[in-house]
Amino acid sequence: MAQPRVVIVGAGPAGVRCAEQFVKAGLRPTVIDEGRRDGGQIYRRQPENFKRPYSALYGSEAERAESLHRSFDALHAAVDYRPETLAWNISEGRIHLLSGGRASSLAYDILVLCTGATDRLMPLKGWQFAGTYSLGAAQVALKSQACSVGREVVFLGSGPLLYLVASQYIKAGAKVAAVLDTSSFKQQLSALPKLMARPSLLKKGMSLVAAIRRAGVPLENGVTPLEIIGDPERGVQALSYRQANGEIVNVSCDAVAMGYHLRAETQLADLARCEFAFDQTSRQWLPQTDTDGRSSVPGVYLAGDGVRILGADGAENAGRLAALAALADYGHTVMDAELAALRKQQLAMERFRRGLLQAFPWPAQQAASLPDEAIVCRCECITAGELRRVVCDMGAIEANRAKAFSRVGMGRCQGRYCGHAGAEVIAAAAAIPIAEVGRLRAQAPVKPLPFNLVEDAS
Amino acid sequence: MKTEQADVIIVGGGIMGSATAFFLRQRGRSVILLERGLLGQQASGTNFGNVRRQGRFLPQLPLANRSLDIWRRLPQLIGEDVEFLPSGHIRVCYGQERVGLLEEYAQAARAYGLDLELFAGERMRARFPFLGPEVGAASYSPLDGHANPRLAAPAFGRAAARNGAQIFENTEVETITKQGDDFLVSASDGRIFKAPALLVAAGAWADKLCLQFDEPVDLVARGPQMGVTEPVPYGLKTVVGVTSARDEEILYFRQIPRGNIIFGGGGRGPAYPDLRRAYVMPQNTLNQLRQLQRLAPALANLNLIRVWSGIESYMPDDLPVMGPSARVSGLHYAFGFCGHGFQLGPGVGDVMAELIDTGRTTTPIEPFLISRFAKQKSERTRSAQAGLDQILLNVEE
Amino acid sequence: MNAKNSRFVRLGETGREKIGFLINQRPAEALQGDTLMVAILNNTDHLRQSEFGDGKRSGFCLMGACQDCWVWTAAGGRLRACSTLVSEGMEISTRQPELTWPNLA
Repeated sequence: MAQPRVVIVGAGPAGVRCAEQFVKAGLRPTVIDEGRRDGGQIYRRQPENFKRPYSALYGSEAERAESLHRSFDALHAAVDYRPETLAWNISEGRIHLLSGGRASSLAYDILVLCTGATDRLMPLKGWQFAGTYSLGAAQVALKSQACSVGREVVFLGSGPLLYLVASQYIKAGAKVAAVLDTSSFKQQLSALPKLMARPSLLKKGMSLVAAIRRAGVPLENGVTPLEIIGDPERGVQALSYRQANGEIVNVSCDAVAMGYHLRAETQLADLARCEFAFDQTSRQWLPQTDTDGRSSVPGVYLAGDGVRILGADGAENAGRLAALAALADYGHTVMDAELAALRKQQLAMERFRRGLLQAFPWPAQQAASLPDEAIVCRCECITAGELRRVVCDMGAIEANRAKAFSRVGMGRCQGRYCGHAGAEVIAAAAAIPIAEVGRLRAQAPVKPLPFNLVEDAS
Repeated sequence: MKTEQADVIIVGGGIMGSATAFFLRQRGRSVILLERGLLGQQASGTNFGNVRRQGRFLPQLPLANRSLDIWRRLPQLIGEDVEFLPSGHIRVCYGQERVGLLEEYAQAARAYGLDLELFAGERMRARFPFLGPEVGAASYSPLDGHANPRLAAPAFGRAAARNGAQIFENTEVETITKQGDDFLVSASDGRIFKAPALLVAAGAWADKLCLQFDEPVDLVARGPQMGVTEPVPYGLKTVVGVTSARDEEILYFRQIPRGNIIFGGGGRGPAYPDLRRAYVMPQNTLNQLRQLQRLAPALANLNLIRVWSGIESYMPDDLPVMGPSARVSGLHYAFGFCGHGFQLGPGVGDVMAELIDTGRTTTPIEPFLISRFAKQKSERTRSAQAGLDQILLNVEE
Repeated sequence: MNAKNSRFVRLGETGREKIGFLINQRPAEALQGDTLMVAILNNTDHLRQSEFGDGKRSGFCLMGACQDCWVWTAAGGRLRACSTLVSEGMEISTRQPELTWPNLA
């Protein structure tokens, strides 16, 4: 039997464990990584000449991070690793790549997309001002470059990452002006039973909260963000929000790091023509897979946060499962016990995921209260009012239609940061369920392509 | 279920159907427009946005001229701005091979009221300094320009609706029958519509209806290969297109005031009307980037941020189907514009409305009649028969 | 180490080799291993101006997703600042150049 040509996109937890599984089965997968080094986002590696130890970089996750990195280091010779390589399109069984200004393509028999996630953002009036960052950005700045994104940072949003990055900043000596969680204590308490599916993670979360309080940094729940105060010249100057008790507060700052948990990066799955379904729990469209990661397209498998947000541990399992599924589909013998163990672990991850979404919900209702002058699409500078106008005056109640009329989603980021919130604004303005608004259709290139690229002769 | 009645039923809500609906209302005719999806979603909404007369089949120029007149006053006419910019258009060629062709065309077009000016050498470099060194000549049409295809058909539809047209989106036509003088159109949701006149403006899906009325056409659906850059300072104000014997060189681009440069060409891609999907092939994108840098070297520094396609309908002779049916009274067609219909849209709407309303039009459309296919076919059959007779004669001899 | 109006703040890892580069033709200093974004934002407060009038932009996601951190080289080329390492002698412009073309007349 001929060896299938295996291509894995992504070298984070899912991609690494996936590659490992294929190598164990005697195959040599190609691993496409847009980053300079493996590790993905959560286990992002610092540049080679940085000296901070794992404990400083990854805290309680130091062991897992190191294990992942060592595993991939050991795999180097056994895989075809392509760092700094963008996969920009998929078509007719080939994946199209750009690396060092050169365009090439690879045929595959098995494609595993482990494309991870980005922060999920809800716009706020003034979020276009210089000094506004995602939570993930604030973390990358610290973890990978030993920098704080500002002299005085406000952390705003919801989700475990809010607490993690804020406490990392405090620990590293940055000035944190406030940590503001839009979810209420009640919401968090209600999710406790589900969160108990992973007791160690729950404990870690609670210790982060304690660390933030111990440092004397104001930490509030149930807040409603109102506005990032600033100007086009100086950028962010303050954050205005309403406390749970109704009082309005302005916190002075020169940076706001914000985010509401994560959104899956699904463009490649879309270009590969995978079917999507609306996931009510997380209120987002996700590519469909079976329990092991088979997509709706034969030969295409999906794993990790790019499919559903299960976190790094869940991603590692998913990477393994997807590889095993692909191997089984290709006629390899796969241990039932191994599959069963991984599937069982994923059940706990899934329960925890639902707990997180319950404890730290995506603040969909903020979309309806966005003032008309708030920018929704940062790339194209389109306001909520302009988006509402195309909904109400031009009948554009579907995401792609609204994009065609308003330009929301037409910018360089292709809707990564405005897509979800844009859909919520449309749903609210049209008074229709969010699922009916649909999703922005992915279009190549997944990220901008330079005109002056050179084509590979082959 | 109650039957909705009107003077005219239009099947298809692209720019042809929407514009016709608008102009029929201007003439006081009642209109029902049935669109399976949303207005202007297919070819009308995904094309390049060229509003150009130069380069057309010469007998098409009267129609194109009539259309340009409407583009010019569109905001006053339909109450919305669809971003028509009379930016001027140049048609360029590489080397000297086709300079003669450009000159011939310019001369012949004058008779149709299209005034073109040819540039070459230093004059061309001074006037259009962004053109690459390989460009040999440029034919300039000062009054042509471009508009926003995403906005045009829906805007016509809204204007028609404000004037009393009944526009039904998300309404799929299931059957059409002729009963006496009337067409009965049933939709998949069970509604029935009735009118003595029917316009088939259903683009790549029109062939099924033509077949039903016993006027088959050889329609091929293809996908335009489109792309757009990030926004950059507005400095390329003329629409640029290449004329070439080689498909892969035929590129065109336009910059909008916001700064993005939209481009297309280099050949078409696959389209699947049944799935309502069309794709941009990666190889085409790479070819386009290469060709665009030949055409305008300043583009080398830019980033491509998005590609898209759509579903256009092509006829074997590269001319649209327009005008009355040759077989069924009250039946009319406006489809198959071969990727060059956007500029014609307002004019087609105006002409079809005139035709349906009065029975005739002042704008010549003979080359586009559907009857030409039957004629051509019978000619082919006759000559094939003649050939066969000759063979038989030879055998007999 | 930090310029007066620099946006980012170094919290450590400062014992790295220094790198000299230019921002809008003015000399600036960075450290080996800095991304271009970090290098620029340790010298000034922005990377570019928004095309649509809403002012200075200083990046957003730092992970190559938002595409808000593209800067220009003096030669007119484009670099995504968060995913490009700064190197000695780089000449960066935070102002969008006009489209220019050689005078072939």
